[in-house]
Amino acid sequence: MSLWEYANPTKFMETSGRLLPWVAALAAATLASGLLWGFFLTPDDYRQGASVKILYVHVPTAMMAINAWLMMLVASLVWLVRRHHVSALAAKAAAPVGATMTLCALVTGALWGQPVWGSWWEWDPRLTSFLVLFLFYLGYMALWSAVENPDTAADMTSILCLVGSVFAVLSRYAANFWSQGMHQGASLSVAPGQRMDDAFRTPLYIVLAGFVLLFVALVLLRTRTEIRLRRLAALAARERMA
Amino acid sequence: MMPDLGRYAFAVLAAWGVTLALTGGLVALSLWQAARARRALAEREADRTPR
Repeated sequence: MSLWEYANPTKFMETSGRLLPWVAALAAATLASGLLWGFFLTPDDYRQGASVKILYVHVPTAMMAINAWLMMLVASLVWLVRRHHVSALAAKAAAPVGATMTLCALVTGALWGQPVWGSWWEWDPRLTSFLVLFLFYLGYMALWSAVENPDTAADMTSILCLVGSVFAVLSRYAANFWSQGMHQGASLSVAPGQRMDDAFRTPLYIVLAGFVLLFVALVLLRTRTEIRLRRLAALAARERMA
Repeated sequence: MMPDLGRYAFAVLAAWGVTLALTGGLVALSLWQAARARRALAEREADRTPR
């Protein structure tokens, strides 16, 4: 069996239809347990007090904002190289999920920054690259809506995705590249003296897994919707020509 | 039992509220769009089936 079998929409619909309820249920269970643990059962941080609880919504959404774009990049490359329609539709389906995660990360970051840094916003390399990434998400979705021919739209959005990947990478590594600004480096560092205490780290890993599963479930669901809409458009076009 | 968030109550509750509302809204919108597309395609394919 080859991975490319799933480029066939019928095969994708069959397999995703079987997988989706399980992934969705697992996502709901993992998210519920991780978020409840993070909110109710974690102690205050010695320096940041109770504001550390924002960690459980800020870090996973920021991670998914970047990873969603990287998934779109892989799907776009598959479209550009092999012209598989399901991959182009999967990239399109992931964009609203990534945009929502980016917006969540920006808002929760501002709400965390105000009490801890004394500022809602700083033109810091990491924050700025995240804002640009959000604008890329909006542009990507607008481009899909603006171009009528679906193959042309897939080509143009794939190129936009390649360009935006620079900012997805910058969003992750900006704090390391420039060593300046207010934002810290990696939250889950294993470097000596920077390792997060297990009391915070274990529920964070569970929430991270929950957000990954939620992303997979949403992309499967939305890709199935896009395939159905494409089929509807094809049927309408066939009837017009008949 | 609700944890004591002290002077960070607004920041913590607002951050969690925004995230849960946006994520919940996205899930609800995705489910609604999926149901609408499934229904529309089923109706269109039923119309094409010869009776």
